[in-house]
Formats: sequence, structure tokens, C-alpha cells
Amino acid sequence: MGAHDKAGVLKERKALVEEILEAYPDKSKKKRQKHLGVFQEGSQDCGVKSNIKSVPGVMTARGCAYAGSKGVVWGPVKNAIHLSHGPVGCGVYSWSGRRNYYVGVTGVDTFGTLNFTSDFQERDIVFGGDKRLETLLKELSELFPLAEGFTVQSECPVGLIGDDIEAVSRKMGNELGKPVTPVRCEGFRGVSQSLGHHIANDSIRDWIMPKAEQFKKDLGFEPGPYDVAIVGDYNIGGDAWASRILLEEMGLRVVSVWTGDATLKELALMAFSKLNLIHCYRSINYITRFVEETYGVPWIEFNFFGPTMIAKSLRMIASHFDETIQENAEKLIARYEPEMGAITERYKPRLKDKRVLLYVGGLRPRHTIPAFEDLGMEVMGTGYEFGHKDDYQRTTEHIKEGTVVYDDVTAYEMEALVKALKPDLVASGIKEKYLFQKMGIPFRQMHSWDYSGPYHGYDGFKVFARDMDMAINNPAWSLIQAPWRRA
Amino acid sequence: MRQIAFYGKGGIGKSTTSQNTVVAMAEAGQRVMIVGCDPKADSTRLILHTKMQQTIMSLAAQSGSVDDLELEDVLRVGFQDIKCVESGGPEPGVGCAGRGVITAINFLEENGAYEDLDIVMYDVLGDVVCGGFAMPIREGKAQEIYIVVSGEMMAMYAANNIARGVLKYANSGGVRLGGLICNERQVHREVELIEALAQKLNTQMIHFVPRAKQVQQAELRRMTVIEYSPNHPQADVYRELAKKIENNTKLTIPTPLAMDDLEQLLLDFGLMDDDESIVGLTEEQEKLKAVAS
Repeated sequence: MGAHDKAGVLKERKALVEEILEAYPDKSKKKRQKHLGVFQEGSQDCGVKSNIKSVPGVMTARGCAYAGSKGVVWGPVKNAIHLSHGPVGCGVYSWSGRRNYYVGVTGVDTFGTLNFTSDFQERDIVFGGDKRLETLLKELSELFPLAEGFTVQSECPVGLIGDDIEAVSRKMGNELGKPVTPVRCEGFRGVSQSLGHHIANDSIRDWIMPKAEQFKKDLGFEPGPYDVAIVGDYNIGGDAWASRILLEEMGLRVVSVWTGDATLKELALMAFSKLNLIHCYRSINYITRFVEETYGVPWIEFNFFGPTMIAKSLRMIASHFDETIQENAEKLIARYEPEMGAITERYKPRLKDKRVLLYVGGLRPRHTIPAFEDLGMEVMGTGYEFGHKDDYQRTTEHIKEGTVVYDDVTAYEMEALVKALKPDLVASGIKEKYLFQKMGIPFRQMHSWDYSGPYHGYDGFKVFARDMDMAINNPAWSLIQAPWRRA
Repeated sequence: MRQIAFYGKGGIGKSTTSQNTVVAMAEAGQRVMIVGCDPKADSTRLILHTKMQQTIMSLAAQSGSVDDLELEDVLRVGFQDIKCVESGGPEPGVGCAGRGVITAINFLEENGAYEDLDIVMYDVLGDVVCGGFAMPIREGKAQEIYIVVSGEMMAMYAANNIARGVLKYANSGGVRLGGLICNERQVHREVELIEALAQKLNTQMIHFVPRAKQVQQAELRRMTVIEYSPNHPQADVYRELAKKIENNTKLTIPTPLAMDDLEQLLLDFGLMDDDESIVGLTEEQEKLKAVAS
């Protein structure tokens, strides 16, 4: 883009944002205009406010604190039983929504795709659910003796009636000889799922980390010089596996993954690693900072989307270790280069200059941008469902002049943006998917990888490139016009 | 059918007053049901001569849910054919008693407990602490509220708070305040005080119930005064109250007082000291101050 074009795009998109806001009543407009921005190069942030309550009446894609805790952070811990404590709906409607892959025999030593709920009835509301919780934990412990521990994921009513799940957890933890962790993630707390991540982090800090030494002993863990933990990778479609093989290949030892395919006790090993590697900063930075302050383990952020960022991240990670590791990193990058070259050679001609509108959650609104660019694509707009200020600051290095940035975008705004900007691909979630596909616009789900994946690492990029091509260049798109519209 | 609710500060004598009153009503030929809306479940014992009636919520908990209950399971008939039910609820400090009241009243409605009655009396937990305890005054359940009060400061605070609850639902549900019932505590100028409060609340002191040992004598036998000693003067006090309620036409939308106005009333009657200079001073400090001056 020349200087003139840049100025033109900026002006045009600012006008578009203004136009979109016009549809709102004054009060809502005033609120929403703070969340819509157009990026200007050189800015320190994206010019949007974030982590604020959604405007009543709009359709937001946000989730709740329970979703953030049970769905995101705790759910993937595979050999613990996560009890949705309260009425049946929260557990059932979020059941298996996140595709956290794991190794194990479900129902025997792992429980990821099972749903456990206390199924509150009216009498539990009136008389309190603590007794039921106690009975349930006993039953679970008998039925699933290989469960390493339990978490109590509190739904809204439990908070409203003031059940003392902490006391029950403490008592039953002692009685069963297994950690029972109460999580106060009632959905009414906070403005989005983001607070649920924080609450889940804090519950691990308060109920799991104090047992770190014990768990280390239980696991027979001996610290080594090349130990790292992957934090904030939930193994969607196998992402964490595609990531850890790269780290292991360069000579590092992955001692703990938070929390994709994780065991309960391995979480504590984060305290004894040499370096903690953050992928999803938003959901997991709290515990990582705690571990740094308490155990002195430093942390860095990395990005395993697309060969450019993978190579950059591998070198950065290696720079924290000795020369052997650094050499290994170079060898690793070199080894994958031909394969990655072949991928871009194959897909770039089919995807070059295709324009993308992104709208996702934790890290993907910024981390996936370089992967699209590796394929010659351009991200014209991006936004977070539940990002905070520091997420938007971190986004600036990945976006260009004129990129539209939208925080907690409403269904109306998203639709208006798509209609005006006419992207070749919308990359967002299940709530958006069918609307845009019905509008005849190629779509990929960027939360669940649309039942595909992994997208992390070199292995993931192969799948990512194929999927984007598959969505955009699908011949079906030429068939969607109604016969009577075909002249 | 008239639906009446008694509210008032905990320990003021709501349950005693309401049970004696409904007995008087029944004696006069009215068909009456009393609905206890308090987890303590002590609203019907003087009529049933029991320690505590089996409550809707405890029976529901035993059998699984209220859907498993029949009306006969929860409804007892006592003295003067008065029908008695208790909502019940959790032990103190757990669960949600308010939800228990909502569930219980819904159950009664769905199961036809309100048929063939002239008067339904709700006896409600002291303070309207949450939506559940406002249930009897919401959605046209109880149309008339009577607040049991005495000349004690905290009882009057509570009465004012209850008036605020009534005001809140007066427009949406049509509930009205029927008056204050003064249960004597032998406070100085008690009648004048409660009459003044009533006036400020845009209501009346409908009746003054003098303190009488006979009430306790009857209670020891788990009976109302009217049943225990029908010819005692105190029995006539309740008969008079029942008649006044029956003939009451002064049903108003209350005008609750601002805290300052309520305190002014207490000042006027000498129940509070207006000496601001002593606020926050310990006994020790006060002595020092007295010595200095």
C-alpha cells in the first residue's frame, strides 16, 4: 500500500465505523463507539476499550465465568472429575464443546468427555446443596477410583444461596485423600468468561499449588536443566501435542501442560520448570505470574501459528537455554523449512490476497494473523470477545494501518462489517458460522478449528493451510445462487 | 376471599397475635386458612396443639419434590376447623428460605388450597429480607398487610421497612396497608407514639393489644387465649381486633418515612437522645469530658 492508499483506507474505514454506529440509540452508541476502532500505525493500542459489561439488548458472543473456568481452564485436566455444581443445564449445554483431546481410557482413568452434574432440584435450593455435594463426591470417588481429584465448578444458584462449598471441599478432600478444589465461578460474576479464567487460576493457586511439593514427590519428579511448561494450550484438536514435539525435538523437556491433556498433579510441576511458555496469555497469565513471584520461574509468550512465528518463537525460547538447544532449534527450523516451503508454494497461489475478518477469544485474534500472512492472506479486521487492555496492546504489532478492531462485537456490527468489507473469509465461532455461510461467505471456526486441527506447530500449519483453502475455494460457493437469480 | 398478611419485627408477637386473631375470625363463622411463611414453622402450633407442624418443604425434601406431594399431606385442620399449613425451609444459615416460601405458596395455589375459604392469613418472617418473603405481598396474594409493632425503636424501624416493601408492590400488585397493631411493651406514651407513626405512614393504629399474662398461660398449653379461656378479657381483645379487621375499610398506600423523619419522631417522644456531642464517645472519654467542663 502506498502512503496515499493507506490514508484512503483509514478514512474509509473510520467512516464505516461511524456509519455502523449510527443505527444505535444515543446511549448505546456512546457505549459502543468506545469498542470500535481503526488501527493507526504507531499507536500504542488499538483505540478500543475492553473488559466492560456488554450493552443490554445487543447480541454478544461472550460466555460466563463458569464457561471460563469449567470449559477453558479446568475442563481439559483429564484425570480429575469436574463437577458442574448446580442445576443440570450449564453442564449439559457445555458438554464436550471444546475438543480438548487427551490420551486415556474415558470413564476409567480419564473423564474429559463425560459430564458430571449435581442436578440441583428445588429442595437443594431451599435447603442448600452441601449435603448433596458431599454424597456426590463420595459416590464419584467410589465409582471412579482412578480419578486423581475433583473440582466443584459452581453454577449461579450455588453463589446465590451461599452454599459453603469450600468447607465441603476441605472436609471431603481429607476424607477421600484426594484434592477437592472448590471454584467460585458463578456465571453472574464479571462481564465475560475472562473472570472465570482468573477465578480458575486462583483456585489452582490456593488449592493445588500448596501441595506442589507433595505432588512432585508423588510423581517422582526430578528437575532437569531443560524443563519447560507449556501454559495456555488446551490441546484443541491436538494443538499441544503438535507443540510439545517441537520443544522436545530441540532437547527441552515438557514437564507440564496447562491444561491440554494434563493430569491434575502435573499442574504443580510448573513451579519446578526452568521456563514457562505462555501461548494463551489471557486465560493463564495469572498463575504464571504467581509462579514467577513465588517460585522464581520466568515466563515468556510464544506463538506457534504459521512457520514465520514458529521459527521466531523457537529461536526466542532457545535463547533462554544453552548453545546446544540453540543449535537444535536452528536444525529443527531448517529441517521443516522444505516442508513449509512446499505448503506455502501449494496454497499461496490459491489464497494470496484473500482477505479475512477475525473475531475470536483469548490469543487467536492476534496470534493467528501471521499464519494467515504466511499464506499471503490479509487480516482486515480483528477483535476479542473478552480481551483486556494488555491484549489489545499486544495486538498492535500484528496489525496494519486501517485494520478494523472491534471489542465484544455485536451480531449487528459484525454483520454490517462483513457486508461492507466483503471479506473472502470470516474466521470466528459457532455463533457466527451459519449466518455468514448463509450469506454465501466462506467461514472457518477459530475456537474449535471446525472439528479439524491441530493448527499449532508445523504439523498444525499443514492442516490450517488446507482448511483455509478448503473453505475459500470450495466449489460449492459457485452453486449457491438461486436458479431464478441466475441470468 | 380476603387474603391478609401479618408482618413485623422478629419476636414482636406476630404468630401469637395472628393465631389468636384467626381463631376469633373462625369463631365468628369465617372459613379460615393460616399459612406460615417462616422456616421456624411456629405459625400454627397454637391452633394444632403441636410443637411444629410438618412443613411443605420438609415433606417435599423427603419425597423428592413438591410435585410428589398431595394437599392432604401438608394441610392440617385445627381448632374451629381452621386449616393450617407451614411453608417451612432450611435450618438457619443454609439454603434459600425465600425460595421455600415461593415454592410452598405456588404449591398451595396449584393444588386448590384456596378454595372454599373466606380468609387466608399469612404469618411472615420478621423482615422482608429478600424477594421470597415478599411473596405474600406480590402478585395479588395478600391484599391487606397488618404490621405488628410496639413502641420500641427497633420494632418501629422494622415497621417502616415493611411499609417500604408494601409501597414497592402497591402499584404493581395492588397490595394495601391495613394498619398497625400495637402489641404493648409498656413503653412510655406507647399509644400516642404508634398513632403518630401510623399517621406518618398514612395508615391507622387499628388496635392496641395490652400485655396480659393470660397469653403466656395459654401458650404454655399450646393454645390460643380464646380456646384456653374464652371468657377472659384478653380473648375479647382479639375478638375486637378480628372484628376491626373484618370491617376495615381504611386500606392505604403507605408513605414510609425517611430515616431522618423516623429519628425525629423518636426524638419527639424521648426515645432517642439528640445530643450529637456524645456520638462515638466511650464512657471513659465522656468522664474526661465532664471533668474538663
